[in-house]
Amino acid sequence: MYQKKNINANDKDWVIIWLYIIISIIGLLCIFSVEYRANENIIKNIMGLEKNYSKQLFFLVIGAVLATFILLTDSKFFTATPNILYIIGIALMGLTFVVGKNVNGSNSWIPLGFMNLQPVETCKIFTALALAKYLSRPETDFTKSRSQLIASGICFLPVVFSLLQNETGLALVYFTFLLPMYREGFPPIYLILGASFGVLLVLGLLLPPFQLSLGLTVLALMAIYFLKRRMKREKSILMVIVSGWVISVVFVGLAVPFMFKHVFQKYQADRIFSMVGRDNPYVDKDSSQVTAVITTTKKGKGDNENYNVKQSKIAIGSGGLLGKGFLKGTQTQGDFVPEQHTDFIFTSLGENFGFVGCTILMMLYLGLLLRIVFVAERQRSTFSRVYAYSVAAIIFFHVAINICMTIGLAPVIGITLPLMSYGGSSLLTFTILIFILVRLDADRQMVLR
Amino acid sequence: MPVYNQSRKNVIRLIFISLFVIIVLRLFTLQVITSKYKVLAEDQGTFRKVVYPDRGIVFDRKKNAILQNTNISDLMVTPNKLKGIDTMSLCSILDIDTAQFKKRIIDLIIKNGRSRSSVFEPLLSEEKMAKLNESMFKFAPAFYMQERSVRSYPYSAAANVLGYTAEVDTNFLKKHPGEGYVAGDYAGMTGIERSYEKVLMGVRGIEYWKRDNKNRLTERLEKGIYDTAAFAGQNLYTSLDIELQELGEKLMQNKLGSIVAVDPKTGGILAMVSAPTYQPQYLTGSERRKHFSELFLDPSLPLLNRTVSATYSPGSTFKTLQALIGLHEGVITTDTRFSCSGAFYGCGGGHAMKCLDKGTFDLRHAITVSDNTYFANVMQRVISNPKFPSSDSALTHWDNYMYGFGLGHKLGVDVPSEKSGNIPTPKYYNKVYGQGHWNFCTFRSVSIGQGEVDVTPLQVANEMAYIANKGWYYIPHVVDSIEGGDKYGMLEKYRKKIVPTNIPDSIFEAVHDGMQNVVEQGTGIGAKIKEIAICGKTGTVENYYKGVKQPNHSFFCGFAPRDNPKIAIMCVVENSGRFGGTYAAPIVGLMIEKYLKDSITDPAKLNRLDKLSKMNLIPPRIDAEIRRQDSIRHSRDSAYLMAKGFVRLVRDTVGIDDDQLDKDDLEKSNKSKPGDKRKKDSTERHEAVLPSKKKNNQRHRRP
Repeated sequence: MYQKKNINANDKDWVIIWLYIIISIIGLLCIFSVEYRANENIIKNIMGLEKNYSKQLFFLVIGAVLATFILLTDSKFFTATPNILYIIGIALMGLTFVVGKNVNGSNSWIPLGFMNLQPVETCKIFTALALAKYLSRPETDFTKSRSQLIASGICFLPVVFSLLQNETGLALVYFTFLLPMYREGFPPIYLILGASFGVLLVLGLLLPPFQLSLGLTVLALMAIYFLKRRMKREKSILMVIVSGWVISVVFVGLAVPFMFKHVFQKYQADRIFSMVGRDNPYVDKDSSQVTAVITTTKKGKGDNENYNVKQSKIAIGSGGLLGKGFLKGTQTQGDFVPEQHTDFIFTSLGENFGFVGCTILMMLYLGLLLRIVFVAERQRSTFSRVYAYSVAAIIFFHVAINICMTIGLAPVIGITLPLMSYGGSSLLTFTILIFILVRLDADRQMVLR
Repeated sequence: MPVYNQSRKNVIRLIFISLFVIIVLRLFTLQVITSKYKVLAEDQGTFRKVVYPDRGIVFDRKKNAILQNTNISDLMVTPNKLKGIDTMSLCSILDIDTAQFKKRIIDLIIKNGRSRSSVFEPLLSEEKMAKLNESMFKFAPAFYMQERSVRSYPYSAAANVLGYTAEVDTNFLKKHPGEGYVAGDYAGMTGIERSYEKVLMGVRGIEYWKRDNKNRLTERLEKGIYDTAAFAGQNLYTSLDIELQELGEKLMQNKLGSIVAVDPKTGGILAMVSAPTYQPQYLTGSERRKHFSELFLDPSLPLLNRTVSATYSPGSTFKTLQALIGLHEGVITTDTRFSCSGAFYGCGGGHAMKCLDKGTFDLRHAITVSDNTYFANVMQRVISNPKFPSSDSALTHWDNYMYGFGLGHKLGVDVPSEKSGNIPTPKYYNKVYGQGHWNFCTFRSVSIGQGEVDVTPLQVANEMAYIANKGWYYIPHVVDSIEGGDKYGMLEKYRKKIVPTNIPDSIFEAVHDGMQNVVEQGTGIGAKIKEIAICGKTGTVENYYKGVKQPNHSFFCGFAPRDNPKIAIMCVVENSGRFGGTYAAPIVGLMIEKYLKDSITDPAKLNRLDKLSKMNLIPPRIDAEIRRQDSIRHSRDSAYLMAKGFVRLVRDTVGIDDDQLDKDDLEKSNKSKPGDKRKKDSTERHEAVLPSKKKNNQRHRRP
């Protein structure tokens, strides 16, 4: 009875809930515009659950039920169970190796009859909760590197499974847990190192290693020249610059080529290079004769990726300032963009509603993110805050990478657009993520552990 | 929990905001600044479909449709979708081998590109259509069928007048920029299909369609607000009498030559027969190419419209005009008599022109018996008339009469590739013989319509209309009116009455008398019809081919009835031998009877009709040529065609109005240049078989 009194409408964060509803409905309409053709019987399709939009509507209903359940659940449940949930999540991921169903070339799905469950997706929730639980333990001192290591371990264990399942894209999501960890005092140097690693990687893709090394050398020499005076006082700066230079050059000169030759699958490398508009220069020429047959078949796939991005850009680019109008997009109606209802749902918005529509959607997402950050900061309990930041980070990563994917700024790695992309797995995951947050926020007056 | 790191929330916010700003900026460049993607989207997402309107229908004078439309399908291909097509079964249906298949595809890719669809097999036959329809699913989406409207000829007559349509080539496109033609379109190539192309083609419509990723058209873009409607071509009403035309073609079977019949009151062409002709439907439909090359290689030149494109010496038919000039100039009167003792000695004894009937004749009688000496004397008097200072000015004067009669220049008929013929000019003789070194005797054969004078059958028919009308004519034309109005003023010149000289009726009456006698009791008695006063004139035209004398051309021209002329007609039967009265006159007689009485009922006449139509008068020269060609049929290459001059000829038939060509012909016809004789003969005297070697233009050759 005490808790029930606590859950009144005023305590719930309606901004987040409304944003959730608005974005979900926009997503539903976009899926509708992808599939709808003139003279279709909409009612019949919705009742028959034959079309993706009708299924998505069904998932939204399930999402609403789930959300209600979550809001009615005692928030202590979420602070009490993360460890066991986390173990279940990891176990489910392990299960895919046994009963995995092949969907679009990935074995990471567990068939549930009416939908397929992707444990990598759902495991994000459990990881977020587990991370929050670990960091909120009174005995955890996050300034200690041991704690930092354990926290990183919690975050990156699912990555190992993802990689084993060939889901590189989804594995990358778990790196976003660096953000809540950073908020809790994780040394920023890791964030900076990670970022510069990313920048070097992109540069390594764009430029040949020799030119890049030359550029880095020039940069290092300039740094030494400008920091001459400070160096006289602090000798260690020279060391930092020199070692940084050595590491960078080795990285771009040896590590990047090595990665493309030996770590990535050829199609992955092709995909990444196709994004930056180059042919894969790291094709192993010695074994080209042996793998000739394979390359020709794989080439088709590489072309296909290129085709996806091209079509996606055409659809978005042709939208113009105001778009062609709802259901009037020629590219959407003509099925030109592959996978448009899932990963490329943004293109239908871009074509039908143009730059203005896209910007409004971006504002909605940004509003959601900033609201979550705001909500996070008003939490008394570390658990709620860490969890809120995790949700923000996951949503941020998904939105940014997915949209960058569709406009050719990121490689196509199968990241869905939260709440908009068709698919029960993705939609329900985000519903749960967000509504647990709302539930926790409703109890922010309580000190949770 | 201490809030040590609260400032870090701003860093996180900054990361969120900055990445979103980057994305929005990128979207701005992509959607608002760059236009490339809009173009690409339009290219692939929409389709500009040209809607071809039906071509106009052509009617004859009794409102029978003689040229209309039916639907046939083309097999279209989009080369970039060919992957996984069952090529073998397609080849077996189309009856081609895979090598041909590949070659065609490559040709189309070169012509039209990979992603655009082009015609793979035009105008499928019914059999192929049926087979393809059954198994079309195997070849989709690379192949699909597109219906197109094709011309049909309900009477299968008047092929040369009506003409045919064919796919336009690059030359055509170059000549007609901005008229909306694209490669693959059909346009009229000869006949009135060509001359009235502008009105017949109608106005093309454009439909904008949405297209999906399989290149299928799904629905109209914006429900068709950008579309423009197609307007059907305008119908043409011609003066042709299709039954008369059919009769003419029947009579001219197995002969070389032509018949032209004109309504003298209007200038409307009633029949325009060029023999040999072809089934007009040969040049539509699936076998078009095959038939075209057959017709193209036929040495009897069925594609040539002899009525306007072949020129002949007019022979004795010319004498009527000489009589008009002589009388009008006053150098003779109707009673002036000349006698012939066997030949014309007015220029001395050498190569004297013989006359057939010895005796003394007045004008009427001279026309009736076609006396050579009489008209040599007449022309001699005209040229030597003291009122002119020199033969030069006298001949110029004479030429002006001839030009007035419609000779020596193109009449301007609405059938393409008209030749101008030739009337010898002082300039020409000056060039050949030198100023002052020539006189009447130099060209005395012109007086009886031999020598340098050249006319087309149409010009002769028009000249008959002129005589029949006693001094005026309308430019002969096939099309009387255009349904929906003559927007381009194409018919204006046919509405103007042309009155070239003020020759009084009395003079015409005298000539009419002579001409009526020709039919009543003279050389043209074969044309005689009970109760109808026919005026006519025969001609027996000597001619040479490659310097070898050939059988005479048989000419007959005339008009009827005398007092109220309704038909002016001319017939030529090439190399028939004998006289003008032998073949041409009875043919004309039957034509006139058919036209004036609407049918031929007299059993004797029907018998004659039957006999004439079965008569084979194709000169042995043609048969020899066919045999020769059969033996070298395998070498159907361009070298052969060019050497034979066929290319040039066929180009003539499709009507290139090239004045330069006429000039060249004129220079070539230089008669007295020694050593040039052979060439002259082959170009000048055998107008219908002109193996000229110059300007070998391959334009209309088809594989």
